[in-house]
Amino acid sequence: MEDSRRNFLKIAGISALGLGASPVLDAFSKEEGLQTPQMIQGEKALKATHWGMVIDTRKIHSSEDLNPMIAACNKIHNIPKLETENHEIKWIWAEAYHNAFPEKETNFLNERLEHIALPVLCNHCEDPPCCRACPTQATFKRESDGVVMMDFHRCIGCRFCMAACPYGARSFNFRDPRPFIKETNLEFPTRMKGVVEKCSFCAERLAEGKLPACVEASNGILIFGDLDDDKSEVRQALRENYTIRRKQNLGTGPSVYYIV
Amino acid sequence: MLELAIKGSKRYWGWMALLAAVVGVGFLVYLQQLSFGLGITGMSRDVSWGFYIANFTYLVGVAAGGVMVVLPYYLHDYKAFGKITILGEFLAVASLVMCLLLILVDLGQPMRMLNVIFYPSPRSVLFWDMIVLNGYLFLNIVVGWNVLEAERNGTSYPFWLKPFILLSIPWAISIHTVTAYLYSGLPGRGFWMTAILAPRFLSSAFAAGPALLILLCLVVRKLTRFDPGREQIQSLAKIVAYAICINVFFFLCEVFVAFYSNIPEHTAHIKYLFVGLEGKGALVPWMWTSMGLMAVGIILLVNPVTRRQEGVLAVACVAVFVGTWIDKGLGMISGGFVPSPLHHVNEYAPTIPEILITLGIYAMGALVLTALFKMAISVKEEVAG
Repeated sequence: MEDSRRNFLKIAGISALGLGASPVLDAFSKEEGLQTPQMIQGEKALKATHWGMVIDTRKIHSSEDLNPMIAACNKIHNIPKLETENHEIKWIWAEAYHNAFPEKETNFLNERLEHIALPVLCNHCEDPPCCRACPTQATFKRESDGVVMMDFHRCIGCRFCMAACPYGARSFNFRDPRPFIKETNLEFPTRMKGVVEKCSFCAERLAEGKLPACVEASNGILIFGDLDDDKSEVRQALRENYTIRRKQNLGTGPSVYYIV
Repeated sequence: MLELAIKGSKRYWGWMALLAAVVGVGFLVYLQQLSFGLGITGMSRDVSWGFYIANFTYLVGVAAGGVMVVLPYYLHDYKAFGKITILGEFLAVASLVMCLLLILVDLGQPMRMLNVIFYPSPRSVLFWDMIVLNGYLFLNIVVGWNVLEAERNGTSYPFWLKPFILLSIPWAISIHTVTAYLYSGLPGRGFWMTAILAPRFLSSAFAAGPALLILLCLVVRKLTRFDPGREQIQSLAKIVAYAICINVFFFLCEVFVAFYSNIPEHTAHIKYLFVGLEGKGALVPWMWTSMGLMAVGIILLVNPVTRRQEGVLAVACVAVFVGTWIDKGLGMISGGFVPSPLHHVNEYAPTIPEILITLGIYAMGALVLTALFKMAISVKEEVAG
């Protein structure tokens, strides 16, 4: 009696386990579940195989010169203005030279660089550590053009990507950002609490044939183009000027270059 | 055997009710976190992991520490530990329950948790951490349960169990190694980017886990008719002694490499922790306390005269447990984020809600541990007659 009851319970337990596991196994077998999300490209979409940016710091005369590009980004991407610095969301922002390039700190810095602020943003690395860290592929590098993107709907908010990013380019929604957005741009999604976000090189604008918002508002400070095209404006700027990249020694291969 | 966990004295139920109340408080605060977001914690854009992940890391160590009773018994046939392997395994189970809960409360979008399974990403260390932690939980439940059941029935455990037992030994090493790899493979985090991080984690785990086990053995002896045994406790004490010495040695290796090479990316974090940086040094007293406690632990444990006195041994174990907790729980995670990669010094301190949620999870672990130990000890008392 005791024995048969035990056997019954065993069989029942194993069956229950089998039933519970079947949706999981289904998900594994579904191939499309593994694909990264796609963004539909418009007819006039700008095309490149490796988008990159060159920042001409010689054209920056004071930190105020950076305000228009930062404001443009904040506005179209519905970036909230939060009360506490701890919870800040930043896609492109201003940093002093020794914060943007801490490994190049010197007591005798060029006077011009000493007095201006530099714009910093996601570097859209060639080998991004954040994408390696992400356990759900919610952040991924678009193979077609090298843009490092975010799927806000897949992100579980583990913040492994934030620990992995050596540029502090990622922000986390510590609370619902919506009440802190001055004017909502209905053409771009707002985010919810608990997900990570960052600059996407305006992938949504590139798909419509427009340059990134910061580039448009930058007054020539930011140059944007295809790093694989030797006739592009970025390649011309790189040919004619000496440039540096942030934390180049880490091997992440940033796609953002600075003319200093 | 579960029925053994629901037959208990008033004292047993009182203790369980107390723990349940703490769990309840933690749960209510968690509901608040769920509705507001992780903004109720002290974490920030710069210090994006805090108390939850720190305690998670520490408890992975406690879980792995259980192997220090399993290995000598099953690999070296050290018979004395046969009596207490079950306590080590059940301690691992309770620790892993806490680990998984701490990960859960740290997620910004916990209801999307299963995305880790729906979109498996073998390049992410977190994916592997999920596998090793759940695997180790499974192994310890299966092994612990079957060995205990066999003991109750006066038979030896089923033959198919042996491979699981043997597998659980390297698996214990793997859980803490993979957890260390979460940190040590990140470019631009100089404090964690050291090949000795996994060995350091393991050495502190093999000190903290058995130290807690000794304390639990002493409590069990006091409260029940089951005596884990003097020899067993003394053997554990030697393990703690070696492990804590190795842990401090590894730390000194880190200090040498950082300061003799004098590379700022590596020294900055250690400076922040031990002397403060740019006028900020909230953790300085904590870190020195940790060093002091570990030193006290070493002195009391290495010296056979003090080690053999169980009262002094208990003090040493508390010192080791708290010392390694500060080192790993407070210093290791905050220390890695301060200064930030852009060299800003933004400090972190857990908030009250964050601490309450963590306490709730510790209470949950204690609840699971008490129930499992109650079961194991009832079987032992039953067998002894």
